[in-house]
Order: sequence, then structure tokens, then C-alpha cells
Amino acid sequence: MSDRVLEVDGLSVHTVGTARRRQILADIAFDVRQGETVCVVGESGSGKSVTALSIMGLLPRGGLAPTTGRILVDGEDVLVASAARLRALRATRMAMVFQEPMTALNPVHRVGKQIDEVLRRHTPLGRAERREKVLAMLDAVHLSHVAQIYDAYPHQLSGGQRQRIVISMALILQPKLLIADEPTTALDVTTQAQILSLIRELQEKHNTAVMFITHDFGVVSEIAERIVVMHRGRIVEVGPRTDVLARPRQAYTRVLVSSVPSLIPRRRESPTGEIILEVADLSKTYSEARLFTAGRRVAAASGVSLTIRRGEVVGLVGESGSGKSTVARCIVRLIDPTSGTIRVKGRDIAEIPRGPLRRLRRRFQIVFQDPYRSLNPRRRVGNSIVEGLINFGTPRDLALRRARELLSLVGIDPEVMRRYPHQFSGGQRQRICIARALALEPDLLVADEAVSALDVSVQAQILQLLEEIRSLTGIAVLFITHDLRVAAQICDTVVVMQNGHVVEAGRAETILTAPRQDYTRALIEAAPGRHWDFQSFRPNRAVAADVASP
Amino acid sequence: MTRATEPLDSADLAHGGGELLGEDESSRLSSIAELLRTLTSAPVLIALGALAVVALIALLAPFLGTTDPLAIAPGERLRRMSSAHRLGTDAFGRDVYSRVLYGARISLLVGMAVALASVAVGLVIGLLAGYFRLLDSIIMRVMDGLMAIPGILLAIALVTVSGASLRTVVIAITVPEIPRVVRLVRSVVLALRVEPYVEAAIALGTPVPSLLLRHIVPNTVAPLIVQGTFIFASAMLTESAMSFLGVGLPPEIPSWGNIMAEGRTYFQLMPGLILYAGLLLALTVLSVNMLGDALRDALDPRMARKL
Repeated sequence: MSDRVLEVDGLSVHTVGTARRRQILADIAFDVRQGETVCVVGESGSGKSVTALSIMGLLPRGGLAPTTGRILVDGEDVLVASAARLRALRATRMAMVFQEPMTALNPVHRVGKQIDEVLRRHTPLGRAERREKVLAMLDAVHLSHVAQIYDAYPHQLSGGQRQRIVISMALILQPKLLIADEPTTALDVTTQAQILSLIRELQEKHNTAVMFITHDFGVVSEIAERIVVMHRGRIVEVGPRTDVLARPRQAYTRVLVSSVPSLIPRRRESPTGEIILEVADLSKTYSEARLFTAGRRVAAASGVSLTIRRGEVVGLVGESGSGKSTVARCIVRLIDPTSGTIRVKGRDIAEIPRGPLRRLRRRFQIVFQDPYRSLNPRRRVGNSIVEGLINFGTPRDLALRRARELLSLVGIDPEVMRRYPHQFSGGQRQRICIARALALEPDLLVADEAVSALDVSVQAQILQLLEEIRSLTGIAVLFITHDLRVAAQICDTVVVMQNGHVVEAGRAETILTAPRQDYTRALIEAAPGRHWDFQSFRPNRAVAADVASP
Repeated sequence: MTRATEPLDSADLAHGGGELLGEDESSRLSSIAELLRTLTSAPVLIALGALAVVALIALLAPFLGTTDPLAIAPGERLRRMSSAHRLGTDAFGRDVYSRVLYGARISLLVGMAVALASVAVGLVIGLLAGYFRLLDSIIMRVMDGLMAIPGILLAIALVTVSGASLRTVVIAITVPEIPRVVRLVRSVVLALRVEPYVEAAIALGTPVPSLLLRHIVPNTVAPLIVQGTFIFASAMLTESAMSFLGVGLPPEIPSWGNIMAEGRTYFQLMPGLILYAGLLLALTVLSVNMLGDALRDALDPRMARKL
């Protein structure tokens, strides 16, 4: 038992306080050894976070309770520990890093003080010693200007810096077990790569056991030594990384791994159809309205140009804040561009006033990122789908018939038209949103991170659906994404944006395999799991050779 | 940045994988059941009972053994309780029992009229302010101006200008209440404007009036019911205060405020002249406020969890 830091054995968790007792976790068993990284991977609702919260003793009281099993942290069963004992254990033996660093930090206290509090509670150190230790820790997580950072408030730091603060808070007492719950999901790929290497470095230094929860197989292939695959509250498979990724024993794992889109772009023919959308020199500047002085001006997008042909999928790729969503929203005129032209089938819509614009809206439609907020929760999905048609004067019975056709097209039983959105899963809702956008038979579909909130298996299905629709209807698609894998899967052309500017644009094969710009190269190199070809269950030869050659 | 945070709420977790959930109307029904459960706690039931009694008194006043509340009988001034006058008579010889019962009509009428009028007007103005950015700054500055004047002072001024009658009093109490409703509605509209489903409706070419009616107004109903209840209570209080000060309803109308104003001089001699009207007023306002609190807890679950 010596080097097993965490042992979970036969853990089951049920809901409490509801009429129907539901099982959330069933018979979970795995362990994490000293210095080892175990990735717990699964889709949303698989129970990975509940497992982590059970270990930390943080299950919502009156909501969920463990019913059977043991959780041994360094040999001590946390399920029977008292509240005071748990508090002590939480700082010294086990620590947790959450997904969203902004909410994990108290916005009204300086970050140095927040780290200091951990020391004040759990060590007898004096003030000066504590400060020294905190500064040393900040240095260890590679923050520069540590004295200034010590006195900064969370909102003054970037997402990556905040996550470094949270990590230093978790690791300052050198716990034996670190639980990281999607710690890099909210971060950009380049920041993610840095945080992952930081966790690895600290882990090696202190021989910490790391339980890393993620939905991202790219991350898994980078850091895991062993993998625990979860599905619907049960463990599907446990094994060493290469076994699970290359020779998954369970059908579910196979599907999950092979759903991860490949980074290698598919070969496609150059689109030659008529030009549907032509954006030239598009800029959007936000300026603060001030009465007398000129307010602050932020250029969210400047000088963006792109064209989309019939049947073409153009990917607009970039990190958060690159201006890709601004461009998308300008093109469908949800916001008004500051300057530039947007020609849809030759007609400039950039400056048409709202009234006449309304009649042109059926030519271009948008699908949003969050399927849970994209449908009015109070309206039956059938009514949502026919809304556009009825706006443009289609009689209701005709519109309803069309809605049924569209639902079958997107793979949903047309009998469910009278249901409400909450009765559908995220993937189904996104299909309904696509059906709603297609109802008006637009020439252009803008998909703003339309698959980013979905689990990989669902994501693969939606990408497949978009591909089918494209070949069936010849619709032009502007596909906004931060995920290069998704872009490689579906796009003919890729436009890379950074800080509101287009950095590089061209055929997807060219951009993603032989980028000319440093920024594009950095993005591709930061994409996790580059060295693994998930769909073929083997290491990616091209990249392996790449790494070997220099 | 992109992935929705996984739900930690036990109910959401229970639904987990999230296939089609349950029957068509199941969750709608369960939310109604939830509402009923919140509304059936003991204090709320008592409050509802008290309100029902007051409402029945108002409706059935002519049949509860009352006489004409306005009939003056100079020979019967300031009588104590008797079989003819259950609660005695006032300084003009009018029957106090009848006046207090008929007073319930006036108070409830004023409360309801003010609540409905201010919610209706506030809803329209709030929608305009929230949806049209150009109107927003103009409307909200006017509303700020209105809120800067103490409500009762504004009401008194309006009555003084336009003369005392039931209608002017209702209008005078309504006007100062409107800004609060406008702010509430505006904040809901501002939050919803950026919801993807509202943006999707804009992209689908939904005309602005339908957009507001279909996607935005339904979301204002719950907060407006709550706010309306509180306005109901505060309007009754304001009316009584104005009448008590002699700047409200004309003195012959038997409102609780008027009854108390007239009883003030003889308070030490005959406390009943103020007591019964005051008790009923306090009871009604308290009940309405308790109901409002319960509604807020039921309709805004986040609030209830914090309390």
C-alpha cells in the first residue's frame, strides 16, 4: 500500500432529499500512486466531477451522499473523517484545482493574501516567513514580478496567471494528492500547454500524485500515465495510456477515442462555385461614449477580408479575444460593423438599416455555441423552428410540414415538435438549432463555435451532419472555432485571426500542415495530443518524424 | 472558454447524460407543484386567509348588516358600541362598523388599481427603454428624476394640482411607482437581449413587436407579479397616509385613512374610531407583503436558496 496515495474502492453515490433516489456513481474503484498522473476521462454527466468532490469531501450537502465504499487518501478513509479532520486533510494531504480560476479566487482579496491564508491556517509560520514562502511559490509557478503579483487582485491577472495562482495555492503545503478538475478547459491552447507543463514540472519536483479530470483526449494523450474512462457513473475501463488509446477493450472507449477529430486535414477539392459571401476590410471598433473627452477605443476586428463560395466551409480560427466572434456577428448583422463591406451574393449589407435588412435576413443564418441558451425555454421546439418561416409569410400548416422535414433531415424524430427544449440533450438541441437556421433556406450559415460545447462523440455527429447538409444543399458555411482539430475536420479554407487581424488565410491542408506564420505554427504546436492519431488508434507518424528530425 | 461548466447541482446531475426526459408536460407540472408547495407554508396560508377575509368584506359589505356609511345623524354623535351601532358612531353620527367595512373596498380598489396601472405602464416603458438604446438614456433620466422626489410628496403635489377624487389619487400614487417597474423590466430586457435565443430570433427576421411579445415579455411576468404585490401593499399605505393628512380622497369617502384622520381628535375619548380601521389596514398590508415574499421565493429560486 506504501506508494498508493489515493485508493477509491467500491464507491457509490446517491441523490438525497429527492422523492426518487438516483444513483450517480456506482462501484467506482481505482487508485493513484505517488508521482503518477491518472486521467479520469468521460463525457459530461459521466460522474468525473462527482468522483473528485467525493474524494475532497465536498459533495453538496443535502444533495448527494456516498452510500458505500471507501476512499483512502494516504491510508486514511475520508468518508468517515470528521469535518475538522477533512479541513486539515484538504490542505495538507490533498488539494484541488478547479476549471474556472476566476471563480476559485475571491475577487475582493489580493491573491498573495489568499495564498497566505492557507499557510496561516495550517502552519505555525510567522508573517515574514509566510510571505517569503508565498513569493517562492509564485516563483515556482513561473510568474514574473512576484512582488507585484502578490499585491494584485484576481481581475488584474490573465486567465493563465490566475490558474497559476490557484495551483500555487493548492500546492504550497505540498499535498500528496492533487486533483485537477478540467484545469485547462477554460484556457486558450497556448496557455493550456504552459499550464500542463507546469503541473508536470511541480509533480516531478514533489512526487505528487495527480488525478486529472478532463474531457479532452488530446490532453490525456499528453499527460496520462494511466487512464480511467467513465460513462454514466460507472468506470468503463482502466489501463495504461497506450493500452487504452491504442487497444481499447470496451466498445464505448473505442467510440470515444475514435470520435476525437484528427488534426490532419482531409484532402478536398478547391471549391469553384459562385461567391456567396465577400467580406472586405471589415472593422469593428468599440468606443466608450464620453460626453466631452474621447473614450477608450478597442478595435475588436480590423481590416478583415474573406470570401466564401457555394458549398465551401471556411474556418475562422483563433484564440479567445482574437475577434472571430465579432466578425461572425457583424456578418449576420447582430452588431453593426464600423467600416468595410459585407457582400452577400453581391449585395452589400454592411450599412443597410434595420428595417430593409429584416427582409434580407433569410439569406444568412447563425447557429450559436451554447445549445442550452439558443432555444427559448418557454416555446415548443416546433414553434421555434417555424418562427422564421412565419415571419416571412409562410402559412402555418405549410411551415409546420417544412419543420417536420427539417427535423428528419437533422436526424430527430418529427413527432417531438410539441416538446420543450429542456426535454432534449445538448446535441439534440444543437440539431434543432441547425434545423431552425436551415428553415429559411439560407445561402450562408454562420456556425459560431457550434460544436465547442458538445462532447466529442456528439461533436463528431454534428460535424457529420453539417457535412451532409453541405453536400445536400450546397450551403456556404462560415465555421468559427478555437479548436484546430474541428477546423481540420470540416473546413476547406482556414482563416487564422489574432488580436482582430487576419494572420494567415488559405487552403486548410496548407495552413494546418505548412503554416507560414509563427503564430499559426505556435497554435498548431500547442494543440494537445498532436503526436497521437486517435482515429487510427496509433501514434501520429508524421508528427513523430517531425519531432525526431531536428 | 468554450465548454459549458458541468452541473454540480444534484438535480442536473441526476439527469446527467440527458436523453429525452420524461413526459411532455412533466417538468412544467412539477414547477407548478413546486410553486404550490412554497405557497402552502403555514404563515403564507394565514396571510392568504386574512386577505380572503378582507376581500370578502369588501365584496359583501352591503350584506354584512351595514347601514349607509355616509348617512349623517347629528343626534347620534360619538355613541359607544350598541346593538344599533356595533362599533359605535363617529363625530358626525356615522356608523363606524359600516364605514370600516366599506373602507376595505376603497383600500383594495386603490391598491389593485395602482398595482395594475403601474405594472402596465412600467412594462411598456421598460420594454422601450431596454430594447431601444436611443430611448434608453432619455427614459431612464426621466425615471431617475421621478425617483429623486419622495413618492408621497409627488403624489400630494399631483392631487393638489388636479383636485381630490378617487381617480386623481390613484394616478398620483401610480406615477411615483412607475420608475421602479421600469427599472425592473429594463434589467430583464437587457439581460435577455444578449441571450442566444433572442439573437437567433433577430437573425430569423422576427419583427420587433413579436420579438418582445414572444421572447421577452413572458420572462417579465414572474418578477412583475412579485413587484406588483409589493406595490399593492405600499399603495394602500400611501393612500391611507395621504387621506390621514387630508390631502388624499375627499373626506366623505369612507377610506381607512379618512376614518383614522377624522377619529384622531377623539382618539383618547373613543380609541375605536382609529383602532378598527388601523388594525384592518395593518393586517391587509402585512398579508399582502407576506404573500409577495412567498411569491418571490417561489418564482425566484436563487433568492430562496440564499435566505
